[in-house]
Amino acid sequence: MKPASFDFICPDTLDEALSALSEAGGDGRIIAGGQSLVPMLNMRLARPGVLIDIMRLEALRRIETSGDGITVGAAVRQAELEAWPNLLRDLPLLTAAFPWIGHVQTRARGTVCGSVAHADPSAELPLSLVTLGGAVSLRSRKQKRKVTADDFFIGMMATDLAEGEMIEAVHFPKARPGSGYAFREVGRRHGDFAIVACAAVADDKGLRLGIAGVDDRPRVFALPALDDDQFEDALNDIAWSLNAREDIHASARYRRELVRNLGRETLKEASRCRA
Amino acid sequence: MPRMNAAQRHGVDFTLNGRRVRAEAENRMLLSDLLRHEIGLTGTHVGCEHGVCGACTVQIDGKPARACLTLAQQVRGSDVRTVEALAPDPAELSPLQAAFRRHHGLQCGFCTPGILMSLDALLREQPDAGREDIREHLSGHLCRCTGYATIVEAALAAAEEQRKEETTNA
Repeated sequence: MKPASFDFICPDTLDEALSALSEAGGDGRIIAGGQSLVPMLNMRLARPGVLIDIMRLEALRRIETSGDGITVGAAVRQAELEAWPNLLRDLPLLTAAFPWIGHVQTRARGTVCGSVAHADPSAELPLSLVTLGGAVSLRSRKQKRKVTADDFFIGMMATDLAEGEMIEAVHFPKARPGSGYAFREVGRRHGDFAIVACAAVADDKGLRLGIAGVDDRPRVFALPALDDDQFEDALNDIAWSLNAREDIHASARYRRELVRNLGRETLKEASRCRA
Repeated sequence: MPRMNAAQRHGVDFTLNGRRVRAEAENRMLLSDLLRHEIGLTGTHVGCEHGVCGACTVQIDGKPARACLTLAQQVRGSDVRTVEALAPDPAELSPLQAAFRRHHGLQCGFCTPGILMSLDALLREQPDAGREDIREHLSGHLCRCTGYATIVEAALAAAEEQRKEETTNA
């Protein structure tokens, strides 16, 4: 398998990257770690005429902490965030999710923002970002804007990214003391795409459950604190409200059943972690 | 701002197994094809070509990575190591390779170069790696004949040997 031909641009600054992207129009794509895009190129599911490599832009290589959140630049590799010393304290959900993201060998190259841009409906990083109530910073030559993660993902590998725009960074809200976090997943083998993945947050406002692999994008549900006998009905409602996909890996019915069981386990674990 | 035209081949300078090299590649050429077809190092095997099987795993800047998911142009200035770098000379296997031989960690050998490069990176970074760490690194590789049990045994033996060696030298 060989990708179709493309021009390759290595900008020295973010402004140059944005100009090149604007000039290329719909034919341009950003390449960062390439762990989602290169398979698409190899299978010719993507045939951009121009690739713009952003991995040499120092401005995008930063993990920054502000008052209430963590900003991860577009050129930060997954393995770099995984090894970030404050991960367990500030983003415990990601500590739990990282072992499920691809393999050591793909996390070494793939970027956090690249996974968000790819928007696979079963991917762990988009799920975590949506569940935590994170946001995505987008930038084009003419403007900057910030959208919530929930608004950014609009469908199967479809996002709110406009022509000429790139992800500059993603923002994860920082974990608050006294909150609990949990992540669980079911796949055929470890490292495979999730059939269903669940992420949960338990805090003083109640519970949040994020679900990937079922609908065409990660979905998040807010729930009040639940007693043990209330989980079943709440999760059954969620399972039926999702537009569950049916494919070679699992039936829609099996996916709904996983939402009920895995969802309950994940919510309970998050509640236990809070206590 | 360097712009490389699709119709031409462009130079890629990088370090390969400790030596500075310059190769010529079209933009669309994958690192796996650059290594095999342009440079002639066929130890890196190519299986699925979309990042699933792990056969093409090499080390880029010390970290295991899929050569089939890396464009040749992306390794400009990087340090790339392939399976050819492991044996100290053509007549002698590295301790990890020797352990694979002793423990029957390979049969047809197709997946072996990739597995060796992942485990070599693991044992360098984490000399105290145990069974779980080895299994975690192996999960990025598919082997369809030997099975994984003997591969894990080989890696554990190599890790132990490496630790003994370090104690002796200390």
